Amino acid sequence: MKSAQRLTLYLLLAPAILWLGLLIVLPHVEILILSFSERVAPRVYAYGAGNYLEFFTEPLYWRTFARTAIMSIFVTAITLVLAFPIALYIARVAQGRTKAMLLLLCLLPFWVSELVRTLGWMMLLRETGVVSYLLRAMGLADQPVELLYNDGAVILGLVYGGLLFMIVPLANALESLEPSVVEAGFDLGGSRWTVLRRIVIPHAMPGIVAGSIIVFMLTVGNFATPVLLGGKNGLWFTEQIYAQFITRFNWPQGAAFGMLLLLLSSIIVWAGLRLTRQSLGTTLRQA
Amino acid sequence: MNRPSLLWKLYIAAFYVFLFAPLLVVAIFAFNASPFPSPPWRGFTLEWFTGTGAVFGKPGVLMDPIWLTSIGNSLKVAVPVALLAVLIGTVNAWVLERAEFRGKTLLAMMMLWPLVIPGVVLGISILAFFSRVANGLEEWLQRDLDFLRPGLSLVVLGQLSFILTISTLIIAARLRKFDRSLEEAALDLGASRARVLRTVTLPFLKPALIGAGLVALLMSFENFNTTLMLVGSDAPLPITMYGQMREGATPAINAVSLFLMLAVGGIASLFALTSKAEV
Amino acid sequence: MAPSTDLDIVNVTKRFGSHAAVDDVTFSVAPGEFFSILGPSGCGKTTLMRMIAGFEHPSSGDIRIRGKSMIGVPANRRPVNMVFQSLALFPMMSVGENVAYGLTCRGVNRADAEERANRVLERVGLKGFGERRVTALSGGQRQRVAIARCLVLEPTLVLLDEPLGALDLKLREHMKIELKQLQGTFNTTFAYITHDQSEALVMSDRIAVMNQGRFEQVGSPRELYHNPTTPFVASFVGETNRWQGETVGETAGTTSVRLPSGAVLQGRGTASQPTALAFVRPEAIALAQGEVGLGGLPNRFEGRVSAVLFDGANSSLLITTPGFEEPIRAVLPQAGPLAGIEVGAPVHLGWAADAMKVFAA
Repeated sequence: MKSAQRLTLYLLLAPAILWLGLLIVLPHVEILILSFSERVAPRVYAYGAGNYLEFFTEPLYWRTFARTAIMSIFVTAITLVLAFPIALYIARVAQGRTKAMLLLLCLLPFWVSELVRTLGWMMLLRETGVVSYLLRAMGLADQPVELLYNDGAVILGLVYGGLLFMIVPLANALESLEPSVVEAGFDLGGSRWTVLRRIVIPHAMPGIVAGSIIVFMLTVGNFATPVLLGGKNGLWFTEQIYAQFITRFNWPQGAAFGMLLLLLSSIIVWAGLRLTRQSLGTTLRQA
Repeated sequence: MNRPSLLWKLYIAAFYVFLFAPLLVVAIFAFNASPFPSPPWRGFTLEWFTGTGAVFGKPGVLMDPIWLTSIGNSLKVAVPVALLAVLIGTVNAWVLERAEFRGKTLLAMMMLWPLVIPGVVLGISILAFFSRVANGLEEWLQRDLDFLRPGLSLVVLGQLSFILTISTLIIAARLRKFDRSLEEAALDLGASRARVLRTVTLPFLKPALIGAGLVALLMSFENFNTTLMLVGSDAPLPITMYGQMREGATPAINAVSLFLMLAVGGIASLFALTSKAEV
Repeated sequence: MAPSTDLDIVNVTKRFGSHAAVDDVTFSVAPGEFFSILGPSGCGKTTLMRMIAGFEHPSSGDIRIRGKSMIGVPANRRPVNMVFQSLALFPMMSVGENVAYGLTCRGVNRADAEERANRVLERVGLKGFGERRVTALSGGQRQRVAIARCLVLEPTLVLLDEPLGALDLKLREHMKIELKQLQGTFNTTFAYITHDQSEALVMSDRIAVMNQGRFEQVGSPRELYHNPTTPFVASFVGETNRWQGETVGETAGTTSVRLPSGAVLQGRGTASQPTALAFVRPEAIALAQGEVGLGGLPNRFEGRVSAVLFDGANSSLLITTPGFEEPIRAVLPQAGPLAGIEVGAPVHLGWAADAMKVFAA
């Protein structure tokens, strides 16, 4: 009886162990090891931190890395500011069917492939695109305007891609705020701004953290949006990883970059959770 | 706070325009009778869906082997991913909700982990690891092991690595709501363990199983980051789209995108229906 | 020879670690009997019931149904069926499918099962409900479906685990009577567990009072109420006044108990130890305006009404009485000279020695 139960438990555990072991843990051990190996001669490798040194000595690499990190923080902040009024409206103003409708309309575009959404922005922004055409048609421009292939386009695309992941946790957090608490805030003489700053925003903090962490992770790890909307000026760190792995076939260097990206992403997630004393599980569940 | 100002309402309206503008543009220009996916509007055509290429020199989606094989490749990946995600996700959910053993909290945390790893990193780590395994095994067995090399089978593994987390979470959430006395009641009325599973537990889980399967199907169909690192010569749909977008495509890409949107809309409404049917 | 009992529990003990949830319990239930196990939550009654159903296994002892030991027999092969506290109706099936479930498990074909299910539904007053969803039923209807689902299998014994707990008061009162009637018409043995003494008293042929894993007393409702054999039963079953004192003498079956205040009470019972507990039911306390009205009662006191707790037929008075630390509870007279008595009114009270049970503390 006892040993049969043991056996059942092991059988049930087997898929999870295989999954996490073969697809997550061992592959990460592999790139960790790979990142510390250097090519000393064709097909001959030795252990060393050369790939990481290369990262710090070659300005293109660390600048791209810093640019990716800073722009991601920037994108996260913009997304938060843009999403907050929407989430507040959905959670606290809209009622019944309108509310369900607004939320569903938010969800729909994000179920569509990232590439389709990016295609839409390309068609809107490029020199021969819709915006440029409309500007000329209205007489606001006398020649085609190129709105694509600059940082603005990249930020726009990334913010667009992150909005949903900010709105949903924010709306969930705002939903749980008791209307009477807000009313009490006004009743005690608070202005709209004080009530927002002292009551609503502190209450939404778990949602703000959850949304920000997710948007940051998605932005840092994004590939298609910066490459397609930024073109040669995209300069995103994931592109460097791709270049090392696929184009240059320098796997150790690519592995080192991968570890650095993972480190950046993990540190931000960890710091965000630490700052607000939340656990990963509850945060992810909110999203 | 309950009286939204006009400014606020205008902002909401502008936001939804912003949200749907790119999708609308993509959809509309799928019907433009022009060899380029850009204005001006040159009239309505279905050429980019069913055309043979006689009119614009390039065929429509349904006539173009490139698009058709890509869609086929995507299905070859998405169907096994969805099936495995539901099957393994159910077992994992069972482990999380029903089994008692040491290290369960650790395992539960590990299962969430794939969600915080960037997709590109998942891709390269699986690529590197399986190449090493393939090299080792080939040397030992003296045989080619193509399924461990970049290609559709590796894409399946790569996508599973994080889609399993999602399916596990969806199914576990439903299993947590299950009242175990229903199982005891069925046993008490004389049902065998297998019958209890078939007539009580699985029917209860059904909405979550369907939901997890649809979500897995969709995520697999649309995944780009991880897939990009693991593809071989057979490109699934997002990879083909990416290539075409870099090179400059015909409005056929808009037609493909429209199909994708319709499929998403269909799956989303299916999903909404099954979740509404939940007891 | 057919066994004369449906259920025999023989020296059953269930230990969780070092704690004995059920501690050496023995009892039998006769065919057709409505047997209740009454006890506070955590007394082990649910564990006992789950062992009979087969969801828990006794650490020692035997469980026999119609003389056949059930040790090692899995839950799905026992001739007992259970009505769960949550009812556990299958939400994914219709009412008819719920009732027919056990029959189809036994291999009865679909048409027969459906017909038998409909017949039982009719008998429990749910004719024509077969197609409904269980989620669309009222509390009382769900209750009846849960019972029909068991009865259709014609089990030797039906176990009921506080099935009325979730109902509101009015419906609960109604279901008590209905359950008793159902048990009578189907003539099936019921084993019922509850923490609600009124449910047990109203419905049962016999009740076992359970406390800390053991049976305190088994008997008919009247026996338990009027002749409790332990202090726990005396205080758990029904309302009662309870005093602690010292045994000061025992003559001709009468035991004298002296309260800390010095007042001496006369009661019945053997107190083997110097400290004693005395119990008197509120309805056994006679009230009068003057001492004359109490005749020759051995226990006579004078007090003042401190509260009137009006609750219809269950109304009572609290009487602050010199010599007693807490007010004495008596039934509120609603007819006769004392009807309409108010707070602050002086009153004489007394009780017979027979009405007071004395136990060693």
